[in-house]
Amino acid sequence: MTRVLIPSGALGLNYDPVALERGLEMQPDIIAIDGGSTDSGPAYLGQGVSKYSRASTLVEWQGLMEARARAGVPLVIGTAGTCGADSAVDWMLDITREAAANLGQKVKIAVLRCSQIQADMADAYADGRITPLGNAPDVNAESFLSATNIVALAGAEQVAAAIETGADVIIAGRTTDTAIIAALPLMRGCHAGAAWHGAKIGECGALCATNPQSGVIVVDFDDDGFTVTPLADGAHAKPETVFAHMLYENSDPFILYEPGGHLDVTEADYTALDERRVRVTGSRWVPSDLYTVKLEGAGVAGYQSVILAVLRDSRYVAGAQEWAADIVTRCRAKVESRLGLSPESFHIEIRLIGQTASFGALETRHDMPLETGAMGIVTAETPELAQEIAKMLNPYLLHHPLTQEEEQPTFAFPFSPAEMQRGAVYEFRLNHVLQLRDPMDAFRLEVLEVA
Amino acid sequence: MPEVGAIATKVRSKNAGPFWLTIDIFCGGADAFAQIRDGLSTERVASLFGADARTLRRFDIPALNVIKFSLPRPRVQGSIDDPDMHGASWAALLAEVEIN
Repeated sequence: MTRVLIPSGALGLNYDPVALERGLEMQPDIIAIDGGSTDSGPAYLGQGVSKYSRASTLVEWQGLMEARARAGVPLVIGTAGTCGADSAVDWMLDITREAAANLGQKVKIAVLRCSQIQADMADAYADGRITPLGNAPDVNAESFLSATNIVALAGAEQVAAAIETGADVIIAGRTTDTAIIAALPLMRGCHAGAAWHGAKIGECGALCATNPQSGVIVVDFDDDGFTVTPLADGAHAKPETVFAHMLYENSDPFILYEPGGHLDVTEADYTALDERRVRVTGSRWVPSDLYTVKLEGAGVAGYQSVILAVLRDSRYVAGAQEWAADIVTRCRAKVESRLGLSPESFHIEIRLIGQTASFGALETRHDMPLETGAMGIVTAETPELAQEIAKMLNPYLLHHPLTQEEEQPTFAFPFSPAEMQRGAVYEFRLNHVLQLRDPMDAFRLEVLEVA
Repeated sequence: MPEVGAIATKVRSKNAGPFWLTIDIFCGGADAFAQIRDGLSTERVASLFGADARTLRRFDIPALNVIKFSLPRPRVQGSIDDPDMHGASWAALLAEVEIN
């Protein structure tokens, strides 16, 4: 049996210290926590930075390092620093050094690096070793060469290699959400289907139970299944809550692709052991012929300035769509003539907050709100151009009338300066997999000691 | 005619990676499950999201009384015209659909 303690769905989201204490009393074999995801958008990967505050991350990580020392087991974080790029791994390593110093701990650290060299990936693409997944964007050599960061998602094999170093703390760059949980059970010969399935169920902590915000759970893996135990007061796992987590952020609730194969839970059986715990058996792991890892890449899509005005006059609120469309047409023409820009080299959108900002043209309801925010979003090839265009958009958002005949209106601006520079905006470039001969081919492992 | 959101216990949507959106309808019971399953065609859901019905995946899961749809994101996550980074508000569009 292998017992994995999962303190939270992500480092930075906090965890329940009382529940964590209960987890430690259960003598886990490893403590595993996820550090990131693509869920908050491409900028974190594009910039190679964390979404969460350093101060919060330090406090939570220090608490886990203390727990680890008491339990005498490894502590592993996957997708360190939200995106798992080398710069985010270094950020996490720096936090680990600070926490170790604060705690007076001597720790052996294994660092698994997942960043890829752009030119190598362009070559791999040219060689046909990179292939697209569903709804992948079109790519060419330039997509790889101009990416600011490309990471490969490590699976259980690479995390196992890090665990095998005997490190106290493992800081892994980009991993699949499940790999850090599945690795040790797989190393110890637990049921492979159960290892991956239990890892998927546990990857968001107590999200697979009632009281999902409580975070802490324990997953026990054995020869033919796994058992989920949430540890916070008021947290209960039920067959429905456990099964339902297979749906979460997953396009297929029965199949999960991982490096080296896929998990099939079509025949899985979920049983309540008592009020709190659920036992799952019947999950299946299907190894693949080729060993592939998923790639994530992000690059600069342009530079942005935004500007916000608020319409409160009911006639303008009712006419906001035509008003906005007229402004975009006029402003675009002005930008082309005064800046000499080609129409495809810049983008102006006025997003009507309170009317169609969520769904755009797909909106089905058009009840009139009391007021409407008009958010001008300008994207161009340089920050200077984006700011120039936003300054051309400004007078329209301040004064543009619905009809030529009426007196010049003035709308509410909440900020001065009105134009806010957002800097670079990023885009996801890849939904592809990379073929590897050996699982470690795209990854680097180093071991260091901190005292 | 009632809205899907009024029949179901919960309708949620979320990214399934940057390129896919997934929407889960938790019906809460077998009757509601049957009503929504029979009243909500795949074509209608596809058209609601401006998607090609052939790219939309549908899972009717009686064990959970859940109906799940996965489709290419209406806008790629984080693209300059993406209105919803986490894909979480799209559920409302489906929750507001009226069925028999």
